[in-house]
Amino acid sequence: MEATVVKTGTEGKTWGGGDHSPLKASYGKLMMWFFILSDALTFSGFLAAYGFSRYKFIDSWPVADEVFNHFPFLHGVDAPMYYVALMTFILIFSSVTMVLAVNAGHQMKKNKVIFYLFLTVIGGLIFLGSQAWEWKNFIQGTYGAVETKSGRIIQFLDTEGNRVALSDIATESTQRQAHDRSSGIWFSTDETLAAYTIDDIKQGFITKENLRIRIPKLDEKGHPIILNREQSLQTLSTDAIRVVEGANMYRNEYGTPLFANFFFFITGFHGFHVFTGVLINTIIFFNVILGTYERRGSYEMVEKVGLYWHFVDLVWVFVFTFFYLV
Amino acid sequence: MAHDAASHESSVKRIWYVFFLLTVLTTAEVILGIIKPTFLVEHKFLALKFLNWIFIILTLVKAYFITWAFMHMEGETKGLRRAVVWTAVFLICYLMFVLLVEGDYIHEVYKAGYVKYNF
Repeated sequence: MEATVVKTGTEGKTWGGGDHSPLKASYGKLMMWFFILSDALTFSGFLAAYGFSRYKFIDSWPVADEVFNHFPFLHGVDAPMYYVALMTFILIFSSVTMVLAVNAGHQMKKNKVIFYLFLTVIGGLIFLGSQAWEWKNFIQGTYGAVETKSGRIIQFLDTEGNRVALSDIATESTQRQAHDRSSGIWFSTDETLAAYTIDDIKQGFITKENLRIRIPKLDEKGHPIILNREQSLQTLSTDAIRVVEGANMYRNEYGTPLFANFFFFITGFHGFHVFTGVLINTIIFFNVILGTYERRGSYEMVEKVGLYWHFVDLVWVFVFTFFYLV
Repeated sequence: MAHDAASHESSVKRIWYVFFLLTVLTTAEVILGIIKPTFLVEHKFLALKFLNWIFIILTLVKAYFITWAFMHMEGETKGLRRAVVWTAVFLICYLMFVLLVEGDYIHEVYKAGYVKYNF
């Protein structure tokens, strides 16, 4: 199983790495491992910080399958995590085509390398598009919620325990029109207004007998506490101060604000890695077509870029677990 | 040369085998995540739900296969393997231990009422 040093065809050049090959790996490959290890520690730092905040706010941390429950072309259908499972599958598959490209490179089969690298780039692009769509849904929100004086999020359920959207609670909207340059002379544009005011929600809640409130506290078995009708009415009338729809950096309808911040930052940072990976794969793809590695007599560059691409997949496996499953 | 072709054949087979394994593990995780068996959710080991232990262990299994098979770690020298894997595992375990214990402690402080939430 021990490695043998591959001739990279760059011997004697500036980045050739000299005559010695410590650990029997070429210069470029060793440097790629250095980078991957440091990047892995960076991501662990982020995920550890996420874990810290999650344990700190364990009561109000959102449940992933209530947050990520959309699937393309299935409007209004509750599809918990189906789409993110598909995204994960696509990224793993693009890792497979990458390793097939590396394998074809070992055999010096140029056309096979081109074909598999092409599939890898396509897989990466589909993943990036899916990520953008996830973000869109996350920012738009599904049900909406209400914020209390202490900055915590309370959500609405019916008697069967199903989530209820704000539009099904409020009977009418008395929300004012947003200040817009087209509707008057304003010095600055308005903040984004929710579809309903907090009083609309309070009024609607009183008229609909089947509504209950879920608060961000856990019972002794670890399930969120649902208040009875009287407690719900009491809490809503005294504590609720703001309607929250969707998510931004300050508040979100799913739970503690830090959840959205970590979601944007960690999936964003991972998405940036995928983007870089697609870019590098594309460059290598054209180099293969131009025959650069054929002339060098070695496709080791495909292998080094492949290491980076697999690493991006590896990070996603962990992000998937800690954001969507645990 | 004939021997070479045969070994490439078998490495392609292994790639598809690992892909199959990763797909099965991911599917199992998603199914468990959707049905959330009550027993696994309500019982804990070391302040972590059984279900979450299963997720984390399956994730580590997936990470092992990606690193060993796809990143060819199994073909590298022992020194390179240890330099990368031991460093990461040690530092990550240390960081996780410190931060998670501290996060849980702060949660207890909130819960014990030293900081009050106004409901």
